[in-house]
Parts: sequence; C-alpha cells; structure tokens
Amino acid sequence: MGTMTDERVASGTVIPSAPIVGEPPPAPRTLRPKAVGADRIFRGIIRLSGIAVLVIMGAVGLFLTFRAWQALSVAGITFLTTQGWNPDAGRGGFGIAAVLVGTVLIGLTAIVIAVPLATGTALYISEYAPRRIQRGLVSLVDLMAAVPSVVYGLWGFFFLQGQITGLSRWIATWFGWIPIFSVDGADPSDPLSGTSPTLYTSSTFICGIVVALMVTPITCSVMREVFSQAPPGEREGAYALGATKWGMVRSVVLPFGKGGMIGGTMLGLGRALGETIAVFMIISFIPAIQNHVLQSGGSSVSSLIALRYGDSTAFGTSALMAAGLALFIMTLIVNFIASSIVARSRSGAGTEA
Amino acid sequence: MTVPIIDLSRGSDIVDVTDSALGDRGGSPTAPAAPLTFVVPAVPVDAPPQRRRSVSNFRRTDTLAIGGSVLAAFALSGLLYDFLPWNGALGFVVVTYVCFLGLYALVVSFDESGPAVRDRTIAVVVQSLAFVLLLALVFVIAYTLIRGWQALLHSNFFVQDMQDAGPLDGLDVGGIFHAVVGTLWMISIALLITIPLGLTCAVFLNEIPGRFTRFVRTIVEAMTALPSIIAGLFVYATFILMLGMPKSGLAAALAISVMMLPIIIRAADVVLRLVPSSLKEASYAMGAGQWRTVWHVTLPTARSGLATAVILGTARGVGETSPVLLTAGFTAALNVNPLTGPMVSLPLETFELVKSPEPNLIARGFGCAAVLMLIVLILFIAARMIGGRGPGNLTNRQRQKRVRQSKRDVERFDARVEASAREAMKLPPAGAPTTSGHIAYAGAGDTFTPNQN
Repeated sequence: MGTMTDERVASGTVIPSAPIVGEPPPAPRTLRPKAVGADRIFRGIIRLSGIAVLVIMGAVGLFLTFRAWQALSVAGITFLTTQGWNPDAGRGGFGIAAVLVGTVLIGLTAIVIAVPLATGTALYISEYAPRRIQRGLVSLVDLMAAVPSVVYGLWGFFFLQGQITGLSRWIATWFGWIPIFSVDGADPSDPLSGTSPTLYTSSTFICGIVVALMVTPITCSVMREVFSQAPPGEREGAYALGATKWGMVRSVVLPFGKGGMIGGTMLGLGRALGETIAVFMIISFIPAIQNHVLQSGGSSVSSLIALRYGDSTAFGTSALMAAGLALFIMTLIVNFIASSIVARSRSGAGTEA
Repeated sequence: MTVPIIDLSRGSDIVDVTDSALGDRGGSPTAPAAPLTFVVPAVPVDAPPQRRRSVSNFRRTDTLAIGGSVLAAFALSGLLYDFLPWNGALGFVVVTYVCFLGLYALVVSFDESGPAVRDRTIAVVVQSLAFVLLLALVFVIAYTLIRGWQALLHSNFFVQDMQDAGPLDGLDVGGIFHAVVGTLWMISIALLITIPLGLTCAVFLNEIPGRFTRFVRTIVEAMTALPSIIAGLFVYATFILMLGMPKSGLAAALAISVMMLPIIIRAADVVLRLVPSSLKEASYAMGAGQWRTVWHVTLPTARSGLATAVILGTARGVGETSPVLLTAGFTAALNVNPLTGPMVSLPLETFELVKSPEPNLIARGFGCAAVLMLIVLILFIAARMIGGRGPGNLTNRQRQKRVRQSKRDVERFDARVEASAREAMKLPPAGAPTTSGHIAYAGAGDTFTPNQN
C-alpha cells in the first residue's frame, strides 16, 4: 500500500480533496495497520518467540501434572491428608499434609519477620534518607536480592544457628503456653530442662529467619516503589495542614501504598514458599506435622524434593512430581493474587492528584 | 539592565530610579521610561549583622537528645540486667534498644508537643529498621568472605579440582577449578538461550499489543517467582526421565534457563516500556517501518537498561543451587564437556562441601561461596555501572559520540549533494527533470503502528 501512494503523490495524480461545506463529515477512517515486507517477517518472529515462551512456561505445569498423574491416581484425596512419605512401600502411604504445613509455617515465620523490616527500610529509603544516598541504598537492597541462597544458607547454618538458640529458649520459656511456641521436652517450671541447645536447632524458626532475609528485598522494593509514587500534591497538602513527617506518612503515604504493601508481602510469601537450598541446609527433615516452630525438625515441599529425588523409584519420582505440582500451584496462586493487587495499586485509582 | 544600588545603611528611604534600559523593552527607545519607585524597609542602624538562617532540619538538641538517650539506655539496661530473666548479648541489645526508645521519647517530650514526640520516635524506629536490614546484608557477605579467606589464600584453590584431595587433606591440595568451569559452561549456555528468546519476547510484549500479549505477560509475571526447584524438577522430568539423557551440564543449563527466562523478560519488558513513545513516533514519521524502528531506535535507546536486565538475571542464575542439584549430578573431577558426564557449579560445590563435618572441607566450601559471592558482586557492580540511567539519558561520552556521528553524517550528506550537483553540471540530461539532492530512503511509506500499551 505504501509504495503505491508514494508514486501517486509523486506523479501528482492525487489531488487532496478539500472538505466541502454543507456535506456531512466523512466517517472516520478505520486504521488497520498491515505489515509488509520485512515488518511482516519481524512480527512473525517476535510473535513466535512469545508463543515459544508461553509453551515453555505451560510445559512446566503440563509435564508436572503428566508425571504426577500416576501417583495422584493411586493416592487420590489421601495425598492431601497423609502425613508420611513412603511411596515405595505400599499403596497410598504418602501425602503432603506434613510438608505443606511445614512450608506454610516457614513462609509465615519469614513474612512475620520480613514485613516490619521491609516496611521500615522502604519508608526510610523513600521518605527519610537524604537524597544523596537514596540510590546507593536502593542498590544495596537489590544486591541483597541477588545474593545466592546458598550463601544465606551457610550463614544461617554456621552462624545464626549457634546464636539464636538463646532467643528460642527464651520465647519457649515465656510464651510456651501459646501452642505454636511450645517445645516438647522443655518445661518452663523446671529451669534445668530444655537447656540443651540441640532441642532448638534446625527448627522452622531458624529457617524462617534466613528465608526472611531473602524475601525482605523483594517486599521492600515493591513497597518502596509504591511509597515513592504517593501523590506529591497530597503530601504537600498534609504538610500545609501542619502535619509532622510521620503524620504525613500515616495519612498519605501508607494509605496510598496499602495495596503495594499487601502485594509486596504476598510476592515475598511466594518466594518464601519455594525457597529450597537454605531451608534444606538448615532444617532436619521429619515427615510429620510439626507445628512447634521453635522445636528442632520441620519440613518443606522443596526440601522433600531435594532430599528424595535421587533414591526414588519411578513411582516415588511420580509422587515427588505431585508434591512439586502442589508447590507450583500454591506459589502460582499466591503470585497471581499478589501481582493483581500490586497492579491495581499502581494505577493510582482512588487518588485525586 | 542596570540594577539600582541602594545603600541599606541609610535607613528608610525612597529611591527613584529611572532605568533607561527598561525602556528598550517597549520597542521604541525614544519613549520616556516611567520612573520606578522602590520602597526599602527600614533597618535599624545599630542592628547586629544578619546571619544566614539555617534551613536544615537538623538541630544540635536532636544530636544531644539521641546521644544522651543512648548513654542513659546503656546505663539503665546494665542496671536492669541483673533483675531481668534474660541473658546473652541479644537480650542486652534488645533491652538497651527499648530503654533507648523510652528515654528518647521522654527527652524529646521536654520541649516538644505530642505529635512531634511521636514523629521523632517513629523516625528513629524507621531508621533503625533500615539499619538492621543493611547490617544483616553486610554481615552475611562479610561472614562468607572472611571464613572463605583461608581457602582463597592458596593459589591451588583456583587451578586444581578435587580429584586428588581426600577429605583429610589440607588446603594446599585440591581446588574448585572444576566448579568454576562448570559454572561458566552452564551460565554461557543459559545465556545463549535466554538472551535471544528473552529479548525478542520482551520486544513482542511491547510491539504487538492485544489480548494474547496481555496473556503472555500475565503468565511471565506469574512465572518470575517460579520456585527454582520446580525448574529443576521440570528438566528432570522431561530431559532426563523422558528423553533418557544422562545428568549433564547441558541439563543444568536448561534448568537455569527456565528459571532465568521470566526474570529477564520481565526486567527487559519494563525497560522497553520506558522508551519515550515520541522517539518511536518520530521514527515512524520519518518513514521507517516497525522493524527498523525497533532495531535503530527502541533497542539502542534501551541498551543500558537491557544490559542491566541481562546481567541481573545472570547474577540470579549463577547463584542457583537447586536446579543444578537435580540435573547436573556431582563430580570431583574436571569436566569440560557439558554434553556428557556430570558437572558441578560453584553453588552446588559449596553445598556439597559444607555437608561434610571435616573442617578443611568446610573451609573449602566457604572459599567456594566467597568466589561465588565475588562473581555476583562483580556482575552486580557492572550492572549498576552500565545501567541505572533511564532510556535516552546519555553519559557525557555517549553524547560526544553522538555529536561526532551527527557531524560525520552532515559531511557525508554535503559530499553527496555536492557530488550529484557536479554530476548534473557535467552531463546535463536532455529534457530530464533535475533531481539533484533527492535521496530515496529505504523503507519509506511503511505502515505506522501506534503503540497501544
């Protein structure tokens, strides 16, 4: 189409028609861009790459389902309710009840620790820090997200584990009456019981702290981004009404960033649920529901896979795939919710400025 | 224009200034300028010399309040510590911090009102939270580097593999060369896959708007948080179990690619979305097609951002352990062929080494982690140096380069026009219209696709 028009214009055969007064205005032209030549090939190639990426990502889910089918069809609904993991011995003697509870507990512990840290850091960077060091701080937080998980695992296993048992014991002694903080074998009334540190090592709590350090940067960067988008007009309005900095933050920045805070927290949760190697290094795996976060022993889906992938039979592998599928679906749901919340909060809906 | 100089020491004064320069602005220099009248406020003669007001938020009393509270908190918690059911350094720090907060609020409340006290206290809390996080980061990195230092001091650590090093051998035998080679192979193959596929997919997300694109973007965003072990499990299920291939460096590279792909696509997508649409529209208006616009305008404009996206994706991919754990196998020997035989990467080697109770192996593990950490740090610093600028924001050197390029273009055009003019003078074609200086642009008249994102 392009070249023909050019030629006509060049040879002067097309006379631009002036709008004639009195006639109804012509209907708007429908613009339907049509690619020609190199552009058509280009559009074909990039469309193909989009489809390829979609196929790869879809294949992850499809192949896991396909591979897991053998185990799932045997175990049925008991897959969700059985605690033990013994796929090779009998029919249906395996399930993810224990590892699922362990995964969620590690994730929740991590989030409980990460959210205050991330909120504080995000507020500091976006509101309190001098402008000169802001970019440096953002880089440091990003660097924290790039630190390999095995490095966090080393730190957690060799350093934190030895230091934190005192805190674990203190919490168990004073808050042991809350079921989740109780530790079997530790009696608060008897000062001599429960003094052995091995009672508290390799616990869900320690994993949670290490995973918290890994998810804080993600949560923090989402929060910071949303906080810094708070409308300047409303900020200045708050200051003009005599608000202190905290008054402004509380009445403008935090309400504006609420969606981002929730979304960022859930993104962090999604990361925390899938974390493998740091958890695997620290936790001592037990295939039963362990809801005492301070007590030694725990479990997670990813550490189950990392522990058992090598020595399993074909059926055992299929069972592991089923566990992986459960983890995959869980993180996917959390992420979908998170990204939809973040996307909605970024649109700036509900603000006047 | 001349500025009237007024002697301020004379006290209140009314100065008539006839500024002839102001009259010029009317356009007629001959018009009589209106006299201007300035009223100068009275300044007492014996007033002390005025000092510049400090507009900083920082006051000396703030520093004193913080310093005093810290000292008092240490003293108080030292005193309290005998009565409280706590022990250990952590407990002391927590008690001191709580005491500090209380004392600081008390000190501030001596000369401020309620909202200001809350404001100050919360500012301190926010700053200490940020401090704790950054301290943790520095501490994690420093701990790894310091404990790995012992192994890094031996030069054989970098050039030997672990084949000849038994568990009891000292650090002067054996090294992690095989893991470095394995990491390089894996990340190179992964980059070979993810850079072309990831960048074209990011271009797709930006260039062809529509429902399908939105769907792909949603899926990619959800996949950025794909647990890395799932990527490993996927390759294990397809490549190793279904196709029957052995565990190898290639399988590990594929697993890393599956994990890195969404990360790179998402980061590149964000960068490409920031390319000003005025630049693209200018290109379309010049008659360039979509392909030419992407190649000559969009991608060069976003180059630094795209490089950052790739480097940060690489930093993530280099450090992943769990996909490699499932797909690469493990070996103590150097393997330079990624297609056959097991291969080890740095994070996997670290993981396997520290599982041993032997102190020398643990020291090697920390050394390995330190090397990995240094690689990630270098990648990260490179990414920050290349990127961090918005698209279209040039460094000075880039700007100078563009100016030179533009100058060369002008010279080239001039030379061409001159040449064609000389040609036209040399052989005047009979009856033909003169077309001197007309240059046909390739791609002219191609369609314009508005970016509807």
